[in-house]
Amino acid sequence: MEDCLAKKMEITVSEAEKRTGRNAMNMQETYTAYLIETRAVESQSEGQCAPVESLWRRYSEFELLRNYLSVTYPHIVVPPLPEKRADFVWHKLSADNMDPDFVERRRIGLENFLLRVASHPVLCQDKIFYSFLTQEGGWKEMVNETGFQLKADSRLKALNATFRVKNPDKRFTELKHYSDELQSVISHLLRVRARVADRLYGVYKVHGNYGRVFSEWSAIEKEMGDGLQSAGHHMDVYAASIDDILEEEEHYADQLKEYLFYAEALRAVCRKHELMQYDLEMAAQDLTSKKQQCEELATGTVRTFSLKGMTSKLFGQETPEQREAKVKVLEEQIQEGEEQLKSKNLEGRDFVKSAWADIERFKEQKNHDLKEALISYAVMQISMCKKGIQVWTNAKECFSKM
Amino acid sequence: DTSLAEVNSFSPSMPISPSSMINQYKFEDEPELRDLFITVDDPESHITAIETFITYRVVTKTSRGEFDSSEYEVRRRYQDFLWLKSKLEEAHPTLIIPPLPEKFIMKGMVERFSDEFIETRRKALHKFLNRIADHPTLTFNEDFKIFLTAQAWELSSHKKQGPGLLSRMGQTVRAVTSSVRGGVKNRPEVFTEMNHYMETFSQKINVLDKIAHRIYKEEREYFNEMKEYGPIYTLWSASEEDIADSLKGVASCIDKCCKATEKRMAGLSENLLPILHEYVLYSEILMGVLKRRDQIQGELDSKVDALANKKTEKDMFSEEIGKLEDKVECANNALKADWDRWKQNMQCDMRSAFTNVAENNLHYYEE
Repeated sequence: MEDCLAKKMEITVSEAEKRTGRNAMNMQETYTAYLIETRAVESQSEGQCAPVESLWRRYSEFELLRNYLSVTYPHIVVPPLPEKRADFVWHKLSADNMDPDFVERRRIGLENFLLRVASHPVLCQDKIFYSFLTQEGGWKEMVNETGFQLKADSRLKALNATFRVKNPDKRFTELKHYSDELQSVISHLLRVRARVADRLYGVYKVHGNYGRVFSEWSAIEKEMGDGLQSAGHHMDVYAASIDDILEEEEHYADQLKEYLFYAEALRAVCRKHELMQYDLEMAAQDLTSKKQQCEELATGTVRTFSLKGMTSKLFGQETPEQREAKVKVLEEQIQEGEEQLKSKNLEGRDFVKSAWADIERFKEQKNHDLKEALISYAVMQISMCKKGIQVWTNAKECFSKM
Repeated sequence: DTSLAEVNSFSPSMPISPSSMINQYKFEDEPELRDLFITVDDPESHITAIETFITYRVVTKTSRGEFDSSEYEVRRRYQDFLWLKSKLEEAHPTLIIPPLPEKFIMKGMVERFSDEFIETRRKALHKFLNRIADHPTLTFNEDFKIFLTAQAWELSSHKKQGPGLLSRMGQTVRAVTSSVRGGVKNRPEVFTEMNHYMETFSQKINVLDKIAHRIYKEEREYFNEMKEYGPIYTLWSASEEDIADSLKGVASCIDKCCKATEKRMAGLSENLLPILHEYVLYSEILMGVLKRRDQIQGELDSKVDALANKKTEKDMFSEEIGKLEDKVECANNALKADWDRWKQNMQCDMRSAFTNVAENNLHYYEE
């Protein structure tokens, strides 16, 4: 990882701005633009800082970049983008794309995406990626010129392959199951976490009502008054504290979401393998059937049923010349086919090798990241409890003075 | 064996002020001299041809001379408690008689004989009797003694002896008319203050009761969601290798949080909620007591007015008025002293209830 881009360049997505413009259908639309700032990291001189270069990009351009990377590097688990629309929200958070909190979290997510790509040993070297970061104008055209869209496999083809492939690499099948499980368990987790957050919010906020009533009650009490009043203040503090706590928890949810989307990227690699494998199997099958045809024509025996065979039976056999011509064509095709099969086999093996290498890299990254996420979650919980202890200790003191 | 833990067990000694010098109402409670211990337990269901009802066992242990024995065990049903309360109110119209649990609970579809309902009622009945036992005047009431000691048939025959329904109705009618007449006219300042206080207090305590119930409900919902949350981490750990232990760790922590939440909820329902509810009932009782005092005063005032108009039959009236004046003075003093005592108790109860809540929360967060 020594020469990955992230080491040579500081990358941040520092700002987000609401813009209005005209879209492809010349209708007015509002969107958010994000400011990407880059600065070369100078390893030598201290006082000298390289200038910061910056340009604005919108979410759809990020999407374009990612699509390009997915198609161009199908054996790589490409880092995911933050979600397009707010999902798994608990009731206080709005599902509005223009909501400032959502925009802020998306900004962080986009920065994270760029950093992940920049730290990937293969992806960071991509020129299109580099231009995305540095070249403001004409980038879209550059991407489209690569013609990557043509290389993209159709969804239908991929689906077909999934069902019909006979001998996929077992490791990929297992990986696919794993990514399915990961996706299902994380989305379940995020849903329940959102509900838990909702409920916790309720518990804290209702305590805020104590504050008001205590204060009103204290007005009619002589000895109890002070204790009540100050206890009420602490209840207000308690009720207010939940906002920060839950905001921090959103960060944990975002970390999990990233891996939820990573599961999709994993599945994409598996699908690519299935496709290649299916292609290979089809080519091999084709070759075998051609060889068989050749053999039949050469020896004159018909082993397989074919319409041609039927018609020739009904309408008379072909002439030896015709047969010979056919055999020649077939022999050519067979040779082509064998070469193709060889190269497909090679491609397949290469794919499996490089994909598996990246998958191992990904696994390590995932384990590391998730462990850290869990640890920071635990730390958050501890901090929440510490705050709780503080508030209730204070409240207890006030109550005992009543 | 006598569980007095939930009962507010003592009121501090009262400073003796001139107005409470009247012997009958000198309140000096000393907890060490407690000589009457009561428990209410063992609810039992009785089914007859006509009805089904629950009786509770009332056990009394005492060292008082007036009691023939030192230990009594009787069974009483809710009706009997109602009877006792009304006798006490009759005998001491301006003393603060503790509240009884309600006849039935409207909200919450609680079945009349659900275990939860019976247990809540049992606890409240226990508190009721103990509060009476703690009260310097009420504890020596004759009907109270009979309630604690008489066998079932003795109690029913004693009940029949009291003033009949008709005379009680008569009292009510007089009460209504005199209150309409406005005993408020010559009400001493202190009682007006009490009225204002009670109005606000009643409002606030009702709101607090609602808030506390709401918190309980939210905690319960939180608990329900948390129960589902932990197992997901366990499920996830099954597909992982490296991070399986971390995930299982999180799952077990979440389970611990669940248990802690359960404890917290139990604390609320056992301590704060019953006390707040009791004081909601108390606030109604106190408004009633203030009204009755006004009525008694009203009787006096109306007689005084009548006297002012009929100068002739002065002598006859003056004796009556004299009696009424005494009555009013007694009532006022009784109320004042009992009010102070009640306030002290209330403060104590609230302090301990809320401190308990704070402690429970501390334990919750510590766990």
